[in-house]
Amino acid sequence: MKTIKEKHSLIMRWTHWVNFPILTVMIWSGMLIYWANDEYKITIFGHTYVRFFPDWFYNALHIPARLAEGMAFHFLFMWFFTLNGIFYVTYTIISGAWRELVPQKKSWKEAWLVLLHDLHIRKMAPPQNKYNAAQRIAYTAIIVMGIGSVITGLAIYKPVQFYYLTWLCGGYHFARIIHFALTLGYVFFFVVHVVQVIIAGWNNFRSVISGFEVVNEKPKTAAKK
Amino acid sequence: MSDPKENKKPETEASVQKQINRRNFISFTTYTVLGVAAYGGWRKLYTSPIETLGITSGAHKPLRRALNKSELFFRNFFSNNHLVKTYPKSMAAKVVRKNTSIGADSRLDAANWRLQVKKITGEVLSITIDEIKALPKTDLVFDFKCVEGWDQIQHWGGVRFADFIEHFGLHPETKLDYVGMETPDKGYYVGLDMASAMHPQTLLAYEMNDQPIPVPHGAPLRLIIPVKYGIKNLKRIGTISFSNRRPHDYWAEQGYDYYSGL
Repeated sequence: MKTIKEKHSLIMRWTHWVNFPILTVMIWSGMLIYWANDEYKITIFGHTYVRFFPDWFYNALHIPARLAEGMAFHFLFMWFFTLNGIFYVTYTIISGAWRELVPQKKSWKEAWLVLLHDLHIRKMAPPQNKYNAAQRIAYTAIIVMGIGSVITGLAIYKPVQFYYLTWLCGGYHFARIIHFALTLGYVFFFVVHVVQVIIAGWNNFRSVISGFEVVNEKPKTAAKK
Repeated sequence: MSDPKENKKPETEASVQKQINRRNFISFTTYTVLGVAAYGGWRKLYTSPIETLGITSGAHKPLRRALNKSELFFRNFFSNNHLVKTYPKSMAAKVVRKNTSIGADSRLDAANWRLQVKKITGEVLSITIDEIKALPKTDLVFDFKCVEGWDQIQHWGGVRFADFIEHFGLHPETKLDYVGMETPDKGYYVGLDMASAMHPQTLLAYEMNDQPIPVPHGAPLRLIIPVKYGIKNLKRIGTISFSNRRPHDYWAEQGYDYYSGL
């Protein structure tokens, strides 16, 4: 028989979906800012493999020559990004939901098994509760990355007033690199996340909107007296 | 976890399905409505009117309000005890980066150059570069930060703005909220909040790498203000004035934050 199994709380769903457009605006406005000094590339042994970003990419997204506009958007939406993040983390701590989220001792080994399973190399996945081991690591990492973006962001936004943050981030120049690299990390996370959600299917996706999953339970005859 | 005292009807396949449908309907409707509202809000912001020409211009009006509010919030963290990190001289760049020379691109008439200081009494001080060089010199090797995103360790020398104020008896002027500076041809101009101008690392600089500042870098006297982006570091200062209202500012008219504080 079908039964309703509660999965995601309203606050988790709310902060998840609020974060999505905010982070999109932050990444977009961040690119408007980055364009003005787009010096990052991946070079190994003198050969440049990736240049951030090629001209066709900038032109396709109408990035060039919008630094002031980018800063204005970035310095408004940073508030929403930070407050939404604080709200989520506070909720997760107070509600105890962090127990389902943060990696456990066994998660590191299990995540490997999950990966092998997802790549169709291994048949069985380890048993799990709300999140499997790989999810625990990924979803905790993305929160740590969010905190990292706020800290590196402040370090380059007010490097004199928050000099200790700038020092913590390895200086102004390096803080900007981390801030940029974290953003690449979000994009990578997003791609994997969306693929996984598509593979996981409707029941899983619906749970992040409606909050529950539908499970088929065998009738519990023995339990009733 | 149902309450055992509660006498619940046994759930049937149909009643569970009804509940699923109801909850799906509520949440997906809410999701769609909020999604459409958020998109509408974004379009409204994205197409919001641009400021008309004034002390600040060129930004979307709501975004300008946000910049000004953020300034008020982050001003709370400003302190004269917060100093920009300094470096040994050996780390300073030999080839100093230069972006623009707006307002300082005409020929410099070094012999006739004077710094004009407009006092609140209406009196105008006319100060020669030698008078300024006679004041105690401060060297500063720090990481210069451009609004574009690049930074470079540079070595500047000059008189601290606070020492300059002290020497020329401009204390009454520092009671005002803002300092305005302009190039002699008025082609470039900046406005600075008094606290940032009086910061102990703000210099009226006449030396770069122990040599007189070259013309492209702002000879004979330029502003070095490490608590601001490069856009506020005016080259070839012509006049200094004081005001309780924001003085006009070249880049604030182009959509940039007026404060631009670091």
